[in-house]
Amino acid sequence: MGLEAKLNHEGFLTTTVDALVEWSRKNSVWPMPMGISCCAIEMMASGDPKYDIARFGSEVMRFTPRQCDLMIVAGTVTYKMSHVVKKIYDQMPDPKWVIAMGACTSSGGMYRTYSVVQGIDQFLPVDIYLAGCPPRPDNLLNALIQIQDKIGRTRAREFQDQPLPELTVIQNN
Amino acid sequence: MQKITKEDVNPKILDALLADTELSVEDALENEMILNMGPQHPATHGVLRLLLRLDGETVMGCVPELGYLHRGYEKLAENMSYYEFIPHTDRLDYLSPMANNVAWALAVEKLAGIEAPPRAQYIRMIITELARIASHLVAIGALAMDIGALTVFLWTLREREKILDVWDILCGARFTNSYTRIGGVANDAQPEAIAKVKWFIDQYLENLDECEKLLNTNRIFVERLDGVGIITADDAIDLGLTGPSLRGSGVDFDLRRAQPYLFYNEMDFKVITFPDGDSLARYFVRADETRESIKIIRQSLDKMPQGETLLNQPKKVLPKKAEIYSKMEELIHDFMIVNFGINPPVGEIYQAVENPKGELGFYLVSTGEGHPWKCKIRSPSMVNLQSVPHLVKGRMISDVVAIVGSLDPVMGEADK
Amino acid sequence: MELKELLDQKLKEKFSGENFIFNEYRNELTLSFDKKNVVSVCKLLKEDPDLQFKLCEDITAVDWAKRKDRFTVVYHIFSLKLNLRLALKANVDEADCNIDSVCSIWKTANWHERETYDMYGIKFNNHPDLRRFYMPEEFEYHPLRKDFPLMGIPGSLPLPKK
Repeated sequence: MGLEAKLNHEGFLTTTVDALVEWSRKNSVWPMPMGISCCAIEMMASGDPKYDIARFGSEVMRFTPRQCDLMIVAGTVTYKMSHVVKKIYDQMPDPKWVIAMGACTSSGGMYRTYSVVQGIDQFLPVDIYLAGCPPRPDNLLNALIQIQDKIGRTRAREFQDQPLPELTVIQNN
Repeated sequence: MQKITKEDVNPKILDALLADTELSVEDALENEMILNMGPQHPATHGVLRLLLRLDGETVMGCVPELGYLHRGYEKLAENMSYYEFIPHTDRLDYLSPMANNVAWALAVEKLAGIEAPPRAQYIRMIITELARIASHLVAIGALAMDIGALTVFLWTLREREKILDVWDILCGARFTNSYTRIGGVANDAQPEAIAKVKWFIDQYLENLDECEKLLNTNRIFVERLDGVGIITADDAIDLGLTGPSLRGSGVDFDLRRAQPYLFYNEMDFKVITFPDGDSLARYFVRADETRESIKIIRQSLDKMPQGETLLNQPKKVLPKKAEIYSKMEELIHDFMIVNFGINPPVGEIYQAVENPKGELGFYLVSTGEGHPWKCKIRSPSMVNLQSVPHLVKGRMISDVVAIVGSLDPVMGEADK
Repeated sequence: MELKELLDQKLKEKFSGENFIFNEYRNELTLSFDKKNVVSVCKLLKEDPDLQFKLCEDITAVDWAKRKDRFTVVYHIFSLKLNLRLALKANVDEADCNIDSVCSIWKTANWHERETYDMYGIKFNNHPDLRRFYMPEEFEYHPLRKDFPLMGIPGSLPLPKK
């Protein structure tokens, strides 16, 4: 993020450098698998030899948020877990994108109960909503390709040095 | 392990560390640390939170905290009919969804007093054993991945994909398929599905041997699991362990033998036990149980009779779709069952089956209405996790990962 | 059934004045008794050499939503020696919402009783660690009671800000 801001200081950026940055960024999306329940198994299955996700550049599924740029929320998010998901999302560095995988994250799914958040867009900005319960691994790869297109369309010059947001302490234990 | 004492650390470092507290030097070196192995962790098999009290790297105490995936299943069951709950049972132990479907169907059939036709029962036995193989494959793969052997995980997932292909042909969904119905199964097994099952069991044993060659004689794998997390048979029964974790301590208890359901009393298979009680024994039990499952599937395929797969009892079992659209009585029965439910007689039952993780039990109370008055799900993973504080005392942090991996919990089931 | 006669005989030997009701439905035996006898009956069932009900499979409660004896605590126990299952039941009133804990007899009862407390609000006396199990500690209601709505009470669980 700092590099583009420095390059952009004069007010212009060549389109070739722009294209190079976009191309490298979109072909090496490292997902952060927030695997919570059944959709996590289909996410694991998209990494196995039959539906290889490594051929799209997502070779490593790092479980540490500090090195990832795409968070795949796979599984039902309850009120108790929502604070943890938000904490992990805050720890990811910019630029970051979110895929809401499955029906449970998009809208609460088949669980209309007292403890399930009816859609994670109540506390997270979501880029792609995937339908399915669980969505097939091909479906997840389709979403990944669409995210790559979306990344390809953002210009590198849009990322300036932004002031850090105020972080509130959410959980004390 | 040697403890660090005051002489090992430079006094200036100690002064700098303790500048803003009131702790004395002796306190600072003696203090234990509380570590949070949080709900988001690569090796906790889902959203399990473990609070560990450590002295250096040795675990002094552990408190597991559950509830991060509590979706309110029992309250949901009180508000929907018995048929509508079938897709929810898929998502309980989501590594072996067919086995949960069969358990629910058996429980409701016991409550309503009906029994599925023989061909449906053989099909249910085949899919339960396939689900057992699929679940144990993921368990072995995940345990190996936690220890560090990543290749085995990819190989076992490749085998599992073949089973998911079978289920795809059989009922249309590869995963979380709500295939059983109350009174039978949804549709008959197609010839392609049966041919694929036969192909799978013929080539499975060599692939399992390949995976075991990588692990069983590997010195790192064996030394990380041997003697780790030992539990005696009496402690295991007292703590309520069931399934492969109990059989790894030498207790010969399998619900398929003790209280047979479906046609297990006609099948010839061994109950695998290992006397050691450590994580390596639990891993061996799982690997050998898949071999016994192959035997059961082979016998079922030979013995399976021709016949119908859905019981012909209009008041309790949904009729076939083709007949609903053309005949009057079936239309009326379909309407009554979907809107008002199957109305079993007043009473309560407890039905337990041998799931891959342990004993899955459904306690159903009926007051004569279409939805249960109470449904309690006795989940094996929740009870197995209760033994974690007992098992990790005195071991190190990396053993915690091996122990939780060998117990193989699934949080969708433990948190209901 | 044979188990019924065996149990009847053993219980009459030890508890002469108490009232025990046997119930049999679909080949399953249920034994109901007063809640003050819980610990002694369970101790007898576990330690008697002919019975040996060592595996406690499940502890739960049923909310009947009526004025008197609102809850019934249900125990499912299994004997590896006899290969038989038994269900035990004890009624608990809403006004006096507590029952003795059987943690001293089966160690697995610890988490089952915590879950029953979390979901129904029944307190277990002499429990080593009675706190909430699934819901967060600050949650004020008991979800599985019949007067708690399925969708929950809005505002009872906090959500992080966007």
